[in-house]
Amino acid sequence: MVNLIMASPDPAVVEHVERPAELSPTTEPAPPLTFQVKNVSIWYGEKRAIDDVTLDIASNAVTAIIGPSGCGKSTFLRCLNRMHELVPKTRVEGRVLLQGEDLYSSTVDPAIVRRRVGMVFQKSNPFPTMSIGENVIIGLRLNGVRNQKFLNERLEKSLRMAALWDEVKDDLHKSGTSLSGGQQQRLCIARALAVEPEVLLMDEPCSALDPIATAKIEELIYELKAQYTIVTVTHNMQQAGRISDFTAFLYMGRLIEFGSTTKIFTNPSQKQTEDYITGRFG
Amino acid sequence: MTMHSSRADNHTWRKIMNALASATTFVSALLVIAPLGLIFFHLLANGASSVNWAFFTHLPKPVGEAGGGMVNAIVGSLELLAFASAIGIPIGVLGGVYLAEYGTARANALLRFVADVLNGVPSITFGVVVYGLVVLRFKGFSAYAGGLALGLIMVPLILRTTEEVILLVPNGYREAALALGVARWKTIVYIVMKTASKGIITGILLALARVGGETAPLLFTAFGNRFWNHNLSEPIAALPLQIFTYAISPYDDWHRQAWAGALVLVTGIFCVNVLVRILTRGRTTSAV
Repeated sequence: MVNLIMASPDPAVVEHVERPAELSPTTEPAPPLTFQVKNVSIWYGEKRAIDDVTLDIASNAVTAIIGPSGCGKSTFLRCLNRMHELVPKTRVEGRVLLQGEDLYSSTVDPAIVRRRVGMVFQKSNPFPTMSIGENVIIGLRLNGVRNQKFLNERLEKSLRMAALWDEVKDDLHKSGTSLSGGQQQRLCIARALAVEPEVLLMDEPCSALDPIATAKIEELIYELKAQYTIVTVTHNMQQAGRISDFTAFLYMGRLIEFGSTTKIFTNPSQKQTEDYITGRFG
Repeated sequence: MTMHSSRADNHTWRKIMNALASATTFVSALLVIAPLGLIFFHLLANGASSVNWAFFTHLPKPVGEAGGGMVNAIVGSLELLAFASAIGIPIGVLGGVYLAEYGTARANALLRFVADVLNGVPSITFGVVVYGLVVLRFKGFSAYAGGLALGLIMVPLILRTTEEVILLVPNGYREAALALGVARWKTIVYIVMKTASKGIITGILLALARVGGETAPLLFTAFGNRFWNHNLSEPIAALPLQIFTYAISPYDDWHRQAWAGALVLVTGIFCVNVLVRILTRGRTTSAV
């Protein structure tokens, strides 16, 4: 994986992160909870990628998942909307509850899960055959929405929420790939928001972006959490410190520590967490 | 020999070898182009004078009468290609989609192997098979039989090109669509195939250009016809067949018409190839 903005091992930066004032001092997420992950293990064939992870994800908060490459961050994120199933021979044990419903119950259609739990990827991927406007509403279109007035309203609303409307409102017919990298990523966020999910999963959404574009996305994440539950994977520890309310540290498929971001970054209870955050490994 | 002179000799020797190598490859490259140049030259020299308005608008004249054209063969070829497309395009494209998107490794290996063998089978074999399956059973040569033979040749060609261009579509687009809660088949049709559409169309056009010039599979299926075909269950004329019949005839006038027919056919196939070039021009910049 390419990571342009590498985490620098400077604890001083982490300590002076500004925290939103309303953050509760408790270290565990309090209800309402969006996800309850219970004893989840995930296998790719014979290889166990996630090993008995249990954690709660709070509603209208940002939960960051950190850890070194290959620790299972992306796999964990993808099990929250069943995207990991695209890899053949995967197996899940344990339960993932979304608003109390088991995502892996046999009666649940993965397409419905993904409509409720949207996703933004590391590499921005607007559809190259479509215009900016078409990219935003394609999810609704392919899910059977025909009402043009409704689509137009949702198009503007989603682009506004993704803080992209003012930049593209006159170019909606232009190709989505004509935008800059940061704009493309915000277009992908708008596309994910257009189907009105309850949760937004972000898999290293800024790792291919420059610092200015990254700042915009981070600001956006902060605004979006008023309406969405956000789970993000990041390689960048300062970013986790800046944007998240809760942080989970994964190492070799295991959840080493989970708690409020303030606690994890200032007073981790595990030695491994401290070593990783201070840049001694990873 | 001193050290100095030996090095100089060596240098001269290397220069000679180098010149020889580039000369050989240059001549080989020329020989690649030469057949196309010769074909065009001969066709133009012998056929250009007979390509006129009548050629495109008139039926063949009876033996001994000068003039006439090949309009029935041109239209017949187009009808055969349309019928062949109706068989070859859906089966080839859907089969290619199966290979790229659904198939298991074992099924795919078998399918690819069979398709590659079929691509190497001499085209006359397809004619013989259709003769056995259709012509004998329905007791007659027909446009259906000719179209079927050409369609069967198109299937493995389209199958393999479709598979290749679909595999070129980056996985990120599939994931992006699936993550929006879009059903798998819709993702494949509206995202993956749409992204690969230029490549799929290119494969179809190349397959059409290939079978458009086929003569052998039509010999005992479409059979040829000197008149208009008003019924697809009757024999039908085709440009390559007409060229074949006229070229082996003893009449000078027919020979000229055969040259003209060949010129028209080659020009048509050339145009399809130019179209393919235009379609694939942006390939390196767009995803597929």
